Amino acid sequence: MPEKRNLICINCPVGCLIEVTLDGDTINSIKGYQCKRGLEYARAECTNPVRTVTSTVRVKDGILPVAPVKTEKPIPKRLIRDCMKEINRCCVQAPVKIGDVIVENLLGTGVNIVATGNVPEAHGKNGS
Amino acid sequence: MKEVDLVVIGGGPAGMAAAVKAKEKGVQDVLILERENSLGGILNQCIHNGFGLHYFGEELTGLEYAARFIDKVHRMNIPYCLETMVLNIGSDKTVTAVNSTEGVFTIKAKSIILAMGCRERTRGALNIPGTRPSGIYTAGTAQKYVNIYGYMPGKSVVILGSGDIGLIMARRLTLEGAEVKMVCELLPYSSGLTRNIVQCLDDYNIPLKLNHTVVAVHGKERLEGVTVAEVDQNRKPIPETAEFVPCDTLLLSVGLIPENELSRDAGIELDPVTSGPVVDARMETSVEGIFACGNVAHVHDLVDNVSNESELAGESAAEYILGINVPDRSETIVVKAGNGIRYTVPQLIRKQSLSRDTVKIFFRVADVYRNVRLAARCGNNILVERKRIKVTPGEMETLELKSQDLREINAGEELVIELRTDGEGH
Repeated sequence: MPEKRNLICINCPVGCLIEVTLDGDTINSIKGYQCKRGLEYARAECTNPVRTVTSTVRVKDGILPVAPVKTEKPIPKRLIRDCMKEINRCCVQAPVKIGDVIVENLLGTGVNIVATGNVPEAHGKNGS
Repeated sequence: MKEVDLVVIGGGPAGMAAAVKAKEKGVQDVLILERENSLGGILNQCIHNGFGLHYFGEELTGLEYAARFIDKVHRMNIPYCLETMVLNIGSDKTVTAVNSTEGVFTIKAKSIILAMGCRERTRGALNIPGTRPSGIYTAGTAQKYVNIYGYMPGKSVVILGSGDIGLIMARRLTLEGAEVKMVCELLPYSSGLTRNIVQCLDDYNIPLKLNHTVVAVHGKERLEGVTVAEVDQNRKPIPETAEFVPCDTLLLSVGLIPENELSRDAGIELDPVTSGPVVDARMETSVEGIFACGNVAHVHDLVDNVSNESELAGESAAEYILGINVPDRSETIVVKAGNGIRYTVPQLIRKQSLSRDTVKIFFRVADVYRNVRLAARCGNNILVERKRIKVTPGEMETLELKSQDLREINAGEELVIELRTDGEGH
């Protein structure tokens, strides 16, 4: 059974409405785009949609309780929820530095989760 | 009284870019004054990606974008004071500030760059009727709670306003486990980027209700729900469409206002449409030697544009301090927002300051239009014209004019930026 999917192209403010007909994983037709970028976007969205996920992880002994993180590269869209579960499971020890690898090889994708900001260590949190 | 060549007010993306550029251009003595406890401004709470595509040619998160400029400030040994609040600017370029180590102090500057940014419109500005429970936040405040302090503002959320911060927060709260019930937008279109509508709402099946607004707030201690109604063509709620939506949190993403209390006190002329200072093509305000850039001048949609504009302000301040290319301020061309245009920045061009090859005019259109031409006209002479398939108020537009063409215009004449159609409207 061919399936119809409607997309809005995100490449520019025009926001073309693109209609894709799919037969399982095979694309039968793509209509409504006005430039090459729209065609490529529609093709990627219907075969392998990817997103960069950004969030925060818990930090122990830092001046702030959380540190910002991202997936170093976009990951398959269907893995976003599982990616959030992995991120929420983490707790890292301060100091956190921008670029630090927080999770290696996320869910077997080969993509790391890295810190996107610094959280220095809090002094005198224990004792004093 | 302490004397400094250049005081930059605000250590966000605008202030940092301006300070770095001024120092690169030969101003030795630059000082940044920042109210918060770190440089970076609003970027410090922007953990999402999509920054830097134009300026750095790669996609960064807000913090990563800020970090690059913070590194530059450090590498160039530009001094800055944190947790320092500027109280007053005099038209004689004295800056009075306060912090907990020095108390109240005054600095005499040769030049000042205003880079204070903007703040969010609040519920008070909208006059939403109803009770006054907890659970109502501006989207930016909620963003700070979640991304910096690790607090969730609530569990079930309605967002009013479809500006980019509201859209970004719809996704962020969803990822952290809240139920975002809907985003309501008073206008028939969203002011956010298409990319954010797709990736923040559509990806998570969050409905965007155009032509809808919140007409009442319910709950005594904590928000219990809001009444949402459709609006007619005059943006008046239609009572029969009112619907109660249970929620414990309402986020407002209903516009940004440049923070210009200091500018007003300094006697700087403000533009009632941008709410920022009137500036010339060098980003100089009506007070000689005081420049403005970034969201304090007009609200931008991309930080990349803020960086470029601020570098221009930094360079102009450097020229002013070093006495290079300082124009005779009497000869001006007025830039006018014509048909279909809401505002322009700059609002005027000094004839004697056309030392660069081109002048860029930034502007916003007043409504959504299709198949139009954007033009710069003086009298019957069209200097530049660009075709656009679609323009929206949410995306800043630019026209680049050749200085040699502008030199032909007489002082006192108007340069009109306008939208031209081939007979058909929108």
